[in-house]
Amino acid sequence: MLTWLAHILHWSFLRSGSVQTALLVGSSAAVVCAVIGVFTILRGYAFAGHALGDVSSAGGSASFFLGISPLVGFLGIAGIAAVSLEFLGVRRAREQDVATGIVLGAGIGLSALFLYLDMTTTSTTGAAVMVMFGSMFTFPASLRWPAIMVAAAALAMMAILYRPLLLCMVDPELATTRGISTRWVGLLHLLTLSAAVALAALSVGAVLASALVIGPAGAVVRISRRPGVAIFLAILLGLAAVWGGIWMAYESYYWFAGHAWPVSFFVVTIIFLSYLTSVPLQYVLGRRAAKPSQMAAHAGG
Amino acid sequence: MHENNTPTAPVTTPGNHADPSCASVLSVEDLTVSIGGRMLLQGVTFALQPGQLCGLIGENGAGKTTLLRSLIGVQPSPHGQVSISGLSPRKSRDLVGYVPQKIHFAPDLPLRVYDLVQLGCDGHRLGPRWFSRRLHQQVQAALDAVGAGEFAYQRIGELSGGQQQRAVIAHALARRPRLLLLDEPLANLDFRSANELAGLLGHVTRVHGIAVLVTAHDMNPLLPVMDHIVYLAKGRAASGSVREVVQSVTLSKLYGYPVAVIEHGGRVLVLPHANAQVGEDGCYLMPGGSTSGGQA
Repeated sequence: MLTWLAHILHWSFLRSGSVQTALLVGSSAAVVCAVIGVFTILRGYAFAGHALGDVSSAGGSASFFLGISPLVGFLGIAGIAAVSLEFLGVRRAREQDVATGIVLGAGIGLSALFLYLDMTTTSTTGAAVMVMFGSMFTFPASLRWPAIMVAAAALAMMAILYRPLLLCMVDPELATTRGISTRWVGLLHLLTLSAAVALAALSVGAVLASALVIGPAGAVVRISRRPGVAIFLAILLGLAAVWGGIWMAYESYYWFAGHAWPVSFFVVTIIFLSYLTSVPLQYVLGRRAAKPSQMAAHAGG
Repeated sequence: MHENNTPTAPVTTPGNHADPSCASVLSVEDLTVSIGGRMLLQGVTFALQPGQLCGLIGENGAGKTTLLRSLIGVQPSPHGQVSISGLSPRKSRDLVGYVPQKIHFAPDLPLRVYDLVQLGCDGHRLGPRWFSRRLHQQVQAALDAVGAGEFAYQRIGELSGGQQQRAVIAHALARRPRLLLLDEPLANLDFRSANELAGLLGHVTRVHGIAVLVTAHDMNPLLPVMDHIVYLAKGRAASGSVREVVQSVTLSKLYGYPVAVIEHGGRVLVLPHANAQVGEDGCYLMPGGSTSGGQA
């Protein structure tokens, strides 16, 4: 499809196999992160999302050492960290930051160990940069389907949990009175978040994963009135950031005389600028929304 | 009134307790709850009929919220019997609407009042929601019941406290419950909003025939619409009609603090009265010589 799109649009960069793989894996990450990011922000788990990204670096560095797929490494460690967060008390607000900090420290420690082993016992070069900041143009084509399948599974889980998760977000006690197990919903949400983080870490690096998970959702939540609209806008923004970032990184090879800049930098910059733009946009939309109700109030005396 | 001088014995009105199995929407018998070795509720017994608005009062820590949590089946290991239309709390979730203590809605929460009420209908269901005319009508009916139609499509976090409380009540009413439980719904509301909300609860009770149990620290807004009161003290419960319970001597003993009951402009008002002194008979003496034994 991408080759067909390249033919229609006369975009040479879409004809490259490595670009196509980057677009497919990056798009999978963007869509999943957008959907899960909205719930993550609304449940107040932004720090947990960031921590999962950092912790998953242990999985990424382990995958280089063990010679397995980086997706498996990121996914495995992020999943273990998510379960640990849930059972260490991430649900209780006061203990949430403490539990997150402890898991974060343990994960980074493991990451340091595996990166050391990568450097001293294998001939892997640049592993640290690839794990921490991503390298989308180096993805093998064999990564396409596993990434798409992980994304599809995460989206299916979110579709199943959509309404109970919304109710838990409004008030956990209210959800409990409706027979919803807030513990199970919380655990499944964290596991799905770990899948999103793994895809994001694979795409833009473990350190920058939170930008893709939290950024688009954080920007659109300010300007949306409905959760469904927020999710839709976050998907659009996430895709725009990933596609725009890949295109700019590809073109930057010509802009800077044969020195292409990293994709992650462009992706994160687009997300950051979008977030900055959402602040005045929220103000403008808020004033527009207030006008009819003010007129109604005046009309009613 | 159906209580001893101190509310230590579980006593209920004959009308409520005479036939708890048939007419009562809610029947609580000998309910005992202890948390961490501390007995919070002991032998609590009362019943509620359809169309009855009942206040649940008591000082801080008396166990009001614990009692409500036992009624909705989320309080661990209560002893005794709770029956809602003949079913246990866990099996009667569809019959009960619950309004918890203040929910904090962030101003930028992307959730409209309509969405919240919709979650009241199907928030517990798994899988995506498909459009349903019946669901829309159900939501619209709940919004109309509380007069929330005009702000149904606004972000809930941008509304006033009174409007948010109406939205949460609409959420609780969405599945047409037989029993509505409200935990401090008037807290943090101004006079106008509190009185409007109390009037709304009275309207919902009368028009829809729902049994309503509401906890409140400031009972004044609710007095015109309440027809029954259950009060908790020292883990025990007693109950009676509003006229029976709302007396200075009863309330003063309940709260352990002098309370005056006065009538003004056709309304009965309950006020704390710090200047009262304890008389020889144990009753509070109000300034000017009146005792707290009856309505001042």
